[in-house]
Amino acid sequence: MSKNPEFVKFDKVDKSYDGKVLVVKDLQLDIAEGEFITMLGPSGSGKTTCLMMLAGFETPTNGEILLDGNIISNIPPHKRGIGMVFQNYALFPHMTVYENLAFPLRVRKVEKDEIDKKVDKALSMVSLNGFESRMPAQLSGGQQQRVAVARALVFDPAVVLMDEPLGALDKNLRESMQYEIKHIHESIGVTVVYVTHDQSEALTMSNRIAVFNDGKVQQLSDPAELYEKPVNSFVAEFIGENNTFNGEVADIDKDKCKVKLANSEILANPISVKSKGEKTTVSLRPERALINPTDKMDNMFTGKIEEVIYHGDHTRVRLNLLGSSEFILKVPNSTSNLELKVSEDINIGWNSVDARALDPK
Amino acid sequence: MSSETKQILTTDGIPLEVSLKKAEKKNKIKAFLLVAPLLLFLVITYVLPIGEMFSRSIDDKMITNMLPKTFKEMETWDGKELPPEEVFAGFYYDYKALVEKQEHGKLGQRLNKEKNGFNSTTKRLFRNIKRKKIDESISIKEQMIKVHPNWNKVEYWQAIKRTAPPYTLAKYLKGMDMYYAPDGSVAQVDEDRRIHRILWLRTLEIAFFVTLFCFLMGYPIAHLLATLPMKYSNLLMICVLLPFWTSLLVRTASWMILLQQQGIVNDFFVMIGLVADDSRPEMMYNKVGTYVAMTQILLPFMVLPLYSVMKTISPSLMRAGKSLGGTPFVAFWKVYFPLTIPGIGAGCLLVFILAIGYYITPALVGGASGTLISNQIAFHMKQTLDWSFASAMGLMLLSGVLVIYWIYNKLVGVDNIKLG
Repeated sequence: MSKNPEFVKFDKVDKSYDGKVLVVKDLQLDIAEGEFITMLGPSGSGKTTCLMMLAGFETPTNGEILLDGNIISNIPPHKRGIGMVFQNYALFPHMTVYENLAFPLRVRKVEKDEIDKKVDKALSMVSLNGFESRMPAQLSGGQQQRVAVARALVFDPAVVLMDEPLGALDKNLRESMQYEIKHIHESIGVTVVYVTHDQSEALTMSNRIAVFNDGKVQQLSDPAELYEKPVNSFVAEFIGENNTFNGEVADIDKDKCKVKLANSEILANPISVKSKGEKTTVSLRPERALINPTDKMDNMFTGKIEEVIYHGDHTRVRLNLLGSSEFILKVPNSTSNLELKVSEDINIGWNSVDARALDPK
Repeated sequence: MSSETKQILTTDGIPLEVSLKKAEKKNKIKAFLLVAPLLLFLVITYVLPIGEMFSRSIDDKMITNMLPKTFKEMETWDGKELPPEEVFAGFYYDYKALVEKQEHGKLGQRLNKEKNGFNSTTKRLFRNIKRKKIDESISIKEQMIKVHPNWNKVEYWQAIKRTAPPYTLAKYLKGMDMYYAPDGSVAQVDEDRRIHRILWLRTLEIAFFVTLFCFLMGYPIAHLLATLPMKYSNLLMICVLLPFWTSLLVRTASWMILLQQQGIVNDFFVMIGLVADDSRPEMMYNKVGTYVAMTQILLPFMVLPLYSVMKTISPSLMRAGKSLGGTPFVAFWKVYFPLTIPGIGAGCLLVFILAIGYYITPALVGGASGTLISNQIAFHMKQTLDWSFASAMGLMLLSGVLVIYWIYNKLVGVDNIKLG
């Protein structure tokens, strides 16, 4: 079976709650069959609204949502056949784990034997066999979360929506659940639309990430590209750590531009600047700047160490560089690591291709 | 596991439990002192009056105190044949003592309730004692029988013996339209005089239907309150609570204005042509009035517990139910409704218990067919002054409520109640 690249399609979708402010603006988004797509963004960016429109709990103010080629705007939630995992699990507190999982099958009038088989299969998928007769309140947070995932999958929906499902878990559990959900997705090949504001979660799990801000998708690409090649300064800022320089384009050619800062000039990679005189924000990942670089780099500067913070696997160094005291360096810890001392001067270098000149902040 | 059974000691070698008790003692005393005033208040205003009510309702000591010698002699009498000389003598001396204290009249009246004709029988004995016609040196039995032939009838002596115990359940039987027959068995009163049983049933019926109406009207209101945005729900909440801020009497009186035959509701019915002007329905001074007014007054007691429970139900549960394929009705019935049962239980119990003892409203708008058992209790408190009967009925009402509470506990479980 060939995969449908437009299995879920948001077509020019607008959404407003009060008729004055658009929460989602002209959303154009295609989700392929079997894909794990994450909607990532700060709170209030419209990502949960998109999910609720897809689930059928909110109606688009304008535009259509298509599921497998069919317009679903007029189909009520219970007929859409979309599984959903809620933020606070939304397990039915008065039903046992078995009854919770059997609920979607019972309302579909599935035979009793068939229900038993499917519930058993779903529970083994989240390795919770033997918990059938427990009440949700008798389970730990992680177990409840797994029951919620199993319940959303037990009736073999075409699409599963997850609304910040790991938000209430502690850090270690959250990480192991990320892998678990990723593996479940890989093994059964269901289409997953995942909403989160946690960028590391998004990077770990997704095939593609849609970064939302201000009701718009800022960038839609796979995790590596999103991190390495942010297309605007919001994405660069939101995903990972980032050193920024604000300046003005002094000179530009095909793959290089000269950016004039307050009292110096740097070379950068022109991404969203077109002509001389434009204002720009240059973004540079902390790990792309090297100390005492051996090979020739086209940006070489000297900065003063302001602060050294030991982080176990790496050391963060805050520098005063080019008039800004917020320049961050990440230095991997190794035995050959040079001694970094506060208020010493060090040489820093980076390639202009890693310094992305984006839209001004 | 021997370590589990072994007593655990603190580092100073004192058993842990002892040490814990010592450490907690001060807090416990503090906590007790804090609730002590309330406890005292409850004992004085609640436990003592109920105890007093109970003793009053079963009290029958009057005759017991009046005829001490008689009852002492009667202990050996089998009650089947005419009592022996000693009993007659005992009664004679008791009665003589009463005559001297001028309390003989009360005895005659009280015994007359037990057996008709006693009043005249004792009065004749009184006259003979006054005129000192009884010779105490010869058989008193024969002389008394000579004074009045009734003394020769065993029923009269049986009637006296029945009054011997200092306590009686007669008032309770009366509350259920029953009485002690002359032979001591329990009998029903004549069918046309059974007023109390009708009242009990009517009280239960009205309380049940008022609870039902309150539930049917309160559930959607509470749901709306719990789901509306704050600014609307506050306004609605004030509307629900508004009756609380108005005097009960004023509210009942306004229902009288609305419901009477020339009242606003009837005028409206006539205006829209629902009823003819000369056949306006009676909506007051009958059950309809009681239902309408009581439902309105007790509605907040249903809405508030329901609201407090519904407020805690996450809206995502209904959404989950729908997204899993349940129709809105299935999601409501299988997910939402079962979660509101604690609130339903609390609301229904509250309304039912309040309704079963309601007094003012039925008294004002109930008329003859809409009054409840409390109105009967008030009647005996104020009109007939039969306080022991009123106490007995009050206690029957109380125990009825306790029985309902017990049944409810068996069915739903009291720990499932949520009042707020």
